[in-house]
Amino acid sequence: MAFLQLTNIQKSFGPVQVVHNFDMGIDKGEFVSFLGPSGCGKTTILRMIAGFETPSGGSIFIDGKDQGTLKPNQRNIGMVFQAYALFPNMNVHDNVAFGLKVAGAAKAEIAARVKQMLGLIKLEHLADRFPYQLSGGQQQRVALARALAVKPQVLLLDEPLSALDAKIRISLREEIRQIQQQLGITTVFVTHDQEEALSISDRIVVMNAGRADQIGSPFEIYNTPATRFVASFVGTLNIIEGKVADPASGAVTIGGQRISLKEPIAGAKDGDSISLALRPEAGSIAEGARGDTALPGQVVSRSFLGSVIRTKLRVGEDIISFDMFNDPGMTPPVAGENVTLRFAARDLLVIRE
Amino acid sequence: MKARRLGAWIAIAIGASYFIIPLLGTLEFSLRMRRDAYSFDAYRSVFSDFQFRETFGYSMLMAFFTIIFGMLLVVPTAYWVRLRLPQVRPVIEFITLLPLVIPAIVIVFGYLRLYNSSSFLPLTGSTSGTNTLLMFSYMTLSLPYMYRAVDTAMRAIDVRTLTEAAESLGAKWPTILFRCIFPNVMSGVLSGAFITFAIVMGEFTMAALLNRPAFGPYLQLVGANKAYEPSALAVIAFAITWLSMGLIQLVSRFQKSAPAKA
Repeated sequence: MAFLQLTNIQKSFGPVQVVHNFDMGIDKGEFVSFLGPSGCGKTTILRMIAGFETPSGGSIFIDGKDQGTLKPNQRNIGMVFQAYALFPNMNVHDNVAFGLKVAGAAKAEIAARVKQMLGLIKLEHLADRFPYQLSGGQQQRVALARALAVKPQVLLLDEPLSALDAKIRISLREEIRQIQQQLGITTVFVTHDQEEALSISDRIVVMNAGRADQIGSPFEIYNTPATRFVASFVGTLNIIEGKVADPASGAVTIGGQRISLKEPIAGAKDGDSISLALRPEAGSIAEGARGDTALPGQVVSRSFLGSVIRTKLRVGEDIISFDMFNDPGMTPPVAGENVTLRFAARDLLVIRE
Repeated sequence: MKARRLGAWIAIAIGASYFIIPLLGTLEFSLRMRRDAYSFDAYRSVFSDFQFRETFGYSMLMAFFTIIFGMLLVVPTAYWVRLRLPQVRPVIEFITLLPLVIPAIVIVFGYLRLYNSSSFLPLTGSTSGTNTLLMFSYMTLSLPYMYRAVDTAMRAIDVRTLTEAAESLGAKWPTILFRCIFPNVMSGVLSGAFITFAIVMGEFTMAALLNRPAFGPYLQLVGANKAYEPSALAVIAFAITWLSMGLIQLVSRFQKSAPAKA
């Protein structure tokens, strides 16, 4: 059994089932992100782990102990909220010390632990400030220190960066990851931001309509999405509709062009429709570009995104986007230009529904 | 544009005169006890009256207990409704508004019928019982103001998230309520307390019909028997009310000066 074991978790609100038969084991010290759009059930699972919602079915074990009968204040779980949730009547020191005081810790122990935690988030100099005197990023760091002060078994982060501006989000997520690794604490992070999830997680759970569509490392989730939803939600992906020409050899036709996937297509027969995915960064129209597959097409439009130029190409009935690194010396393609898109056949992924 | 502004100023002046001139008249009259000269004789007479001190002290004490018990009733109720029973909020609001639409005399007759000396709960059979009944009746009268003040203060903080944060840190209900919620709605509680104080100090019907020595019946008694002292008492009563309102302003300003930063 994993350190945090979720078995067949279900949750319904009235007639609406929001979590369906969710199973997952999270190892000690692992950082797992729940990624998905609003209403997919990710926060509900987090709240069930914390004890704020009662599962309609299934069980939650932490370190081999069933959490089903325990109230939220008996679970020893640290939680950080999107809205910070610092107590407005207490200063930074007292906020961080709150859980320790509740637990009846000795004064000296409280003082030492609070100092350690404020050192961890580099805010020792703001110990006397009240929450309203802090910026959003500082408040969230205090909330993190407060949650960690009680040495929780599991740390739950409920979209903690959503209310912050872009620059602070990036620095704080790195700080969160660094602290998590330093303390080796098992962490569940809920977010709808794929970049956040990809950058700091050991594993990602991509949630869709109350189910886990895929559980895997950021590398697996990005490079080999298991479903059309994962492919469309994580990163930018071209979904290309094709027809199976020869399932044994992996041959398909796209816009009338026959290409080979280099491996058999399981469970398909001649003439079946097939969805294929291609990342924008996998293709190139540059002279001498590598790739064993070529698709001729016509440039429809291009967008300048700073470090890359994204170009849309019409291939048969499909529109395929691909990225080129920005180079001041390059001549970008223009709309209406006929070009050949080259890519490696192994970069084409067969997408399940 | 200028004509419109002038019109507005005239309207304000008329409105202010309507309220201020009678007050100035009362003040002026209260200072004319001594013939041909202004003096504070009426005030001296009022303050030296044993009954004034007794009734004022009694009402102060009643106000104090009304505020304490009102807080203990309203804060947990408003908190629980916000946290667990948001669907019953309209019902609770309706109940808290009832004292505004049911005349005090109807309420007190109901009390006398329910709690008379031959009833199942004979509160009026003893002085302490009647005092308790009067305090609860004051609580009823102040309920619309107290509940709204506390509920508004709770709206300003995220009660649910603060509660969950405290719970996740191991806190139990009494700790959450008294250390995390109460201090953060204190401005609302104080606003409600000052309004309650003003209501209790001037209330006549309940105290008179329950036959308790409160400040309201004393005001009526003096008004019926003396000339200048009633005006002095009216000015004193206004001063108490204004002081309460000033304190409400001060408290709410204190709260506004501490907004959460995003």
